[in-house]
Amino acid sequence: MTAESSFSLLGILTAQDISFVHTFEHPGMSEFIDASAGGVMVMGGIIVIALLTYYRGWHALWCDWLTSVDHKKVGIMYIVVAFVMLARAIIEGVLMRYQQSIAVNDPGILSPDHFGQLFSTHGSIMIFFVAMPFVTGMMNYIMPQQIGARDVSFPLLNAISLWLTAAGAALVMISLVVGKFSTGGWTAYPPYTGIEFSPGEGVDYWIWSISLASIGSTLTGLNFATTIYKNRAPGMTLFRMPLFCWTSLCTSILMIFAMAPLTIATLMLALDRYAGFHFFTNDLGGNMMNYANLFWLFGHPEVYILILPAFGVFSEVISTFSGKTIYGYKSLVIATMSIAVLSFTVWLHHFFTMGQGANVNVIFGIATMLIGVPTGVKVYDWLLTMVRGRIRLTTAMLFSVMFLVTFVIGGLTGVILANPPVDFAVHNSLFLVAHFHNMVIPGVLFGMIAGYQFWFPKAFGFRLAERWGKVSFWCWSFGFYLTFMPLYVLGLMGAMRRTVEWFRPEYLGWLQVSFVGALLLFSGFLFLCVQLVVSIRQRDQRRVPAGDPWDGRSLEWSNSSPPPEYNFAVIPDVTGQDAFTRIKQQGQAYASPIAYEDIVVPKNSIVAPVIGIAAIMFGFALVWHIWWLVVFSFVCMWGAVIARSFVTETERVIPASKVRADHEAWLQQVRECATTPREQENTSVNVGRAEVLT
Amino acid sequence: MKRQPLLHPGLNLGSTDEYSHDVSEPIIFGFWVFLMADLVLFAILFATYASMSVQGQAGGPTPIDVFDLPSAFIETMLLLTSSITFGMASLALKYKADSLHLVFWLVLTFCLGAGFIGMELRDFWVMIQQGAVPQRSGFLSSFFLLVATHGIHVTAGLFWMLVLLLQLRVFGRTTEVKLRLMRLALFWHMLDIVWVCIFTFVYLFGVAQ
Repeated sequence: MTAESSFSLLGILTAQDISFVHTFEHPGMSEFIDASAGGVMVMGGIIVIALLTYYRGWHALWCDWLTSVDHKKVGIMYIVVAFVMLARAIIEGVLMRYQQSIAVNDPGILSPDHFGQLFSTHGSIMIFFVAMPFVTGMMNYIMPQQIGARDVSFPLLNAISLWLTAAGAALVMISLVVGKFSTGGWTAYPPYTGIEFSPGEGVDYWIWSISLASIGSTLTGLNFATTIYKNRAPGMTLFRMPLFCWTSLCTSILMIFAMAPLTIATLMLALDRYAGFHFFTNDLGGNMMNYANLFWLFGHPEVYILILPAFGVFSEVISTFSGKTIYGYKSLVIATMSIAVLSFTVWLHHFFTMGQGANVNVIFGIATMLIGVPTGVKVYDWLLTMVRGRIRLTTAMLFSVMFLVTFVIGGLTGVILANPPVDFAVHNSLFLVAHFHNMVIPGVLFGMIAGYQFWFPKAFGFRLAERWGKVSFWCWSFGFYLTFMPLYVLGLMGAMRRTVEWFRPEYLGWLQVSFVGALLLFSGFLFLCVQLVVSIRQRDQRRVPAGDPWDGRSLEWSNSSPPPEYNFAVIPDVTGQDAFTRIKQQGQAYASPIAYEDIVVPKNSIVAPVIGIAAIMFGFALVWHIWWLVVFSFVCMWGAVIARSFVTETERVIPASKVRADHEAWLQQVRECATTPREQENTSVNVGRAEVLT
Repeated sequence: MKRQPLLHPGLNLGSTDEYSHDVSEPIIFGFWVFLMADLVLFAILFATYASMSVQGQAGGPTPIDVFDLPSAFIETMLLLTSSITFGMASLALKYKADSLHLVFWLVLTFCLGAGFIGMELRDFWVMIQQGAVPQRSGFLSSFFLLVATHGIHVTAGLFWMLVLLLQLRVFGRTTEVKLRLMRLALFWHMLDIVWVCIFTFVYLFGVAQ
């Protein structure tokens, strides 16, 4: 070809990279599944666009949501992203379990390459685009309200974090249709992911989607840490904060320190691949172990970034549904902080078998086992909170109790794995896969679902249908045990992870049980969707305008459901722990404040969507070597930031009279509401005003 | 003289305007947190360099072969001086009523920073001419990434300074512009500290070995 072909408007992108075209030219079962997945995604997109157009929703979507910098809306958008990505990643999980359950002495339905993409996207999505946005969204929505703040410290930065994360998620979705994703697993170890062994675009998709998400998370961390340190209501000292705020603080600190190693590791991998550097190559002084260290220097704190907010949710849920103050508040705070610190001292246990001396392994093994101690403290505190409480087994509470049981089992297998000699025997086997799913499903997912059930009425003003929630709960629970307990057995029998085809017939039964479990897990997800639809349809009988459906203990329950955009008409004065319970017991709840003031709230901004869309283009252009678009989108991103710095009118004022009118109207409504005894909290009697027992 | 309480780390503009201080406190604090995250990034680059500078030479050039110590020394002096001039700019922001002093010191800082970047690019060019390219060895890969990351930060600081000079002209010394100048100052001083570490651990240690 001539020199013209070296510069192409679309870089190295060709028609054959579109999965539909590829499937048409090379038909096969595996390709057909790939194209169907792409087709479902494209159809989903078209349906959403059609519905928005039919219901004339574009204006509302843009003005009320996409350009909003309100922490509550940003939080909800994070959780929407998490749910969409969860749908994809869970289907991938089921597909992998199906492949393995039929692939004993048989190639099954998936090609090895496709299977490799599946376990890579499943892991990357679940960690970076399900767990992270779910956790971040939950903190976004709840934490500022719990500390009595009107917003986070940097609302626009918060929206930018959301858009960067969403841009990363979008890149992973685009890889379904345009080109292929990495086959290097969610950890993307070089040298396999180096250019020599993975020459295609797949690893580049991984690099840029993860990089965008990691920068978004760094910004989230510093934003939330600043909010908690500087934006608390008067009287809300650190040791009066609800535990969810403490866990949010620890998570934010971990984000500030732990995301940088990931950003650097992906940047170095990119330099190796794009510019021929030698960070992780086999030759010329590259050292793959540096990647392993950097990745897990991020990767292990990441586990706690995800799990700590869930611990916070469990603390709130268990305390509220036991009708008691949390047991051992200070010990829980200290345990949380200890876990945060210890999480930086154990990264090496992810690669015991990769060549350190025995003594180094022993130190990290002991440090790993140590983490069990503060975690144990927490488990006992939660148990003792329930002792002699008036426990109500709502869906959120059921998930919390199931978490306690299941998480302890996972923790015990973790202590087994922390033993370097044992780890040598079972590392990289399905035993390990079972272990970390045993931590992350109860520890993160159950926590997030519990939080979703718990705070949904706060966010949308009506309760979710308990019956469907409980059906979903049993599916998740049985599904979890059926799917992952067999994997422990298989691991001990010698089955390795990420295997596309087996040659040992004795695996068959266990793999089939596991597949049935995966179907149950998927139905658990479907029932959550059913619950949402049913609840929306019955929303008029489920409304809780008074805002306190569960006899809540912290400040977010003291305002209306959904809360006004400024959260608090008057910033509350906090006198102790369980701030709202105190106010209720002193009979001061729903009292009219003496005076109102003007409230300043940030205006909507198009900067965040501009940066997000430019970030998608930036990542896509880098993957496909479309250099003009790289430059253009980079300039767009920074241009938006600089242009924004010339905008002086970034805030608007809600006059005191308006605040007064809205707040007094709501107070009047609350005073007319009947109080709900706890026995009736799941009936239509519950309009969100709790009966106060003194 | 009555000692004013420090509201936030770094230079406080004086506790005369309560509203501005309520606004500025979280902003400045948040920026310190950002600097900390940025320093983690540099710490990792230093650690990588430490592990690769000796073990990753791959038979190629060694630090003594490629480092131009006099040039690095001049760069150090340029950057350290620019930190002093930025300090003068901060003082002018606080104590001088007119913007003339402020602009003078900022422009001087800009020139010194640009001189630093120019020298650094010249160093890179000389190294590349000698065949000491980042593609040659792990040592050179980690060297270029560490030093260029610092260089890109300084360049970003220069762009930032231009934008702020423009904003001084458009808006005058409003609270927003003052706060931005204070943050740029923090950023600039941090880059100075990072450079001192680079000069010490990369250049001096490299040549001493």
